[in-house]
Amino acid sequence: METVIEIKDLKIAFNGKPVLTGINLTLCRGENLAIIGRSGEGKSVTIECIVGLLTPDEGTITVLGKDITNLDSDELKELLLHTGFLFQQSALYDSMTVRENLAFPLIRVLKISDEAEIEKRSVEALEAVGLAAAIDKMPSDLSGGQRKRMALARTLIVNPEIILYDEPTTGLDAITSKEISALIMDIRKKYKSSSIIITHDMSCAKITADRILIINEGKIIAGGTYKELENSSDPFIASFFK
Amino acid sequence: MKQGIILRGKKILESIGDYTEFFKSVITNTFRRGFEWNELIRQCYLVGVRSINIVLVTGFVLGFVLTLQSQPTLKAFGAEGFVPNMVAVSIIREIGPVIISLICAGKIASGIGAEIGSMKVTEQIAAMDVSGANSIQYLAVTRILACIFMVPLLVLFADAMSLLGGYVGTNISGNMTAVLYFNKSFSSLLFSDFFPSLIKTFFFGFIIGFVACFKGFHANRGTESVGIAANSAVVSASFWIILIDALAVQLTSIFVYNQ
Ligand SMILES: Nc1ncnc2c1ncn2[C@@H]1O[C@H](COP(=O)(O)OP(=O)(O)OP(=O)(O)O)[C@@H](O)[C@H]1O
Ligand SMILES: [Mg+2]
Repeated sequence: METVIEIKDLKIAFNGKPVLTGINLTLCRGENLAIIGRSGEGKSVTIECIVGLLTPDEGTITVLGKDITNLDSDELKELLLHTGFLFQQSALYDSMTVRENLAFPLIRVLKISDEAEIEKRSVEALEAVGLAAAIDKMPSDLSGGQRKRMALARTLIVNPEIILYDEPTTGLDAITSKEISALIMDIRKKYKSSSIIITHDMSCAKITADRILIINEGKIIAGGTYKELENSSDPFIASFFK
Repeated sequence: MKQGIILRGKKILESIGDYTEFFKSVITNTFRRGFEWNELIRQCYLVGVRSINIVLVTGFVLGFVLTLQSQPTLKAFGAEGFVPNMVAVSIIREIGPVIISLICAGKIASGIGAEIGSMKVTEQIAAMDVSGANSIQYLAVTRILACIFMVPLLVLFADAMSLLGGYVGTNISGNMTAVLYFNKSFSSLLFSDFFPSLIKTFFFGFIIGFVACFKGFHANRGTESVGIAANSAVVSASFWIILIDALAVQLTSIFVYNQ
């Protein structure tokens, strides 16, 4: 199967404190890969390295065949057209309406200037996440779940091949969280995307993941399907599934 | 102790590096394709609207107070008639640009520092970069240019208000017609008074925008960094304004007045 992301021996430290001490992982085309682990283990740091927000101290990250640590800023921008990133705190542009939030990447990244086209794609993206009624609201008027959906719409609007979800269901109630998980599955079907999903929420991992990796002390310590890991004899691994 | 000094030195060098890097990236992104005209106009409007009231009031008070304060002294020398000339020259050459720029540093730099700082902390800037948009071009270039255009304009308005303030001040005790007052004011003003001080304000505008954007873009993680960014934007911008002013005074006295 084709590999879309390959990380080899990724290491990073902040102020002398090692956070990642050798991450290896591959993401295949069309796959949903979940990464679970305790808080502060460097899950967000891992995917921030993938999109060039952080520069690793050591190791290589290959995205769609390109080593992202060796790209200049224009090449990186071009590559980022193919990746979407859902931030843990949604990162909506507070000073803009939902409509302007959606138009932002269309105008500035895809360089679309046709107003009708922008409108059409914005509405489409909002409908895909079930938020069509909110188009003229400000982000501050949305609930936590709506913000997540909105952020998802803004990520999807450029049709990314790879989507990185940073805790898509954290802070949501069980029902909304299930809806978001279902949405992630819909998105894969509709957009044929490959995804890495970082989560604490085991029910989300169960619904969405083809494969789960567990990160601990800066390394991937185990990997497998939900079933395999759930029945692991290692008490630490099994503890995530209780 | 020794280690502390080394550490401090390293920090200073690092921050010089950061400033240089940011400056380079602002310059290259200013001339890159996809200039944000609409955002620039919006920022100019915001910068102007945010500060116009306080700038006008300050300008008026400056002229008014300076007139009332200098009247008795000049009267003692029998030079009462020179009050308008003195007020015009001192405000337009020096006091106006500096005081108004410092006020703008307080008003505009804190606003920009807090706004961009909070965008940084809530990962909105990261979201822009990750989407492939250009956050420096959209956020920093527009704000810095807006400050470069608007601060001189605000200073001009304040200068005009200060002349008005001076006129009101003279007419509290004495009585001088408006025509005579403004004639006196303008007759004492040379191009060489006005022009260097105007040039100076473009630099002050740049400093306000640049420092504020820098502080915002370099805010740390955590909400308290928003306050820190706003605060240090004002402090650094004010510091640089005073420093540049000292330098500019030297330069103008060498090149313009040939002293
Ligand atoms: N830009 C940064 N600068 C300094 N330290 C950082 C930075 N990013 C992350 N860290 C540190 O790295 C560690 C891992 O952070 P990270 O956000 O990846 O955790 P996480 O696994 O995503 O946890 P959570 O589940 O709580 O989101 C933390 O100790 C954090 O303080
Ligand atoms: Mg995280």
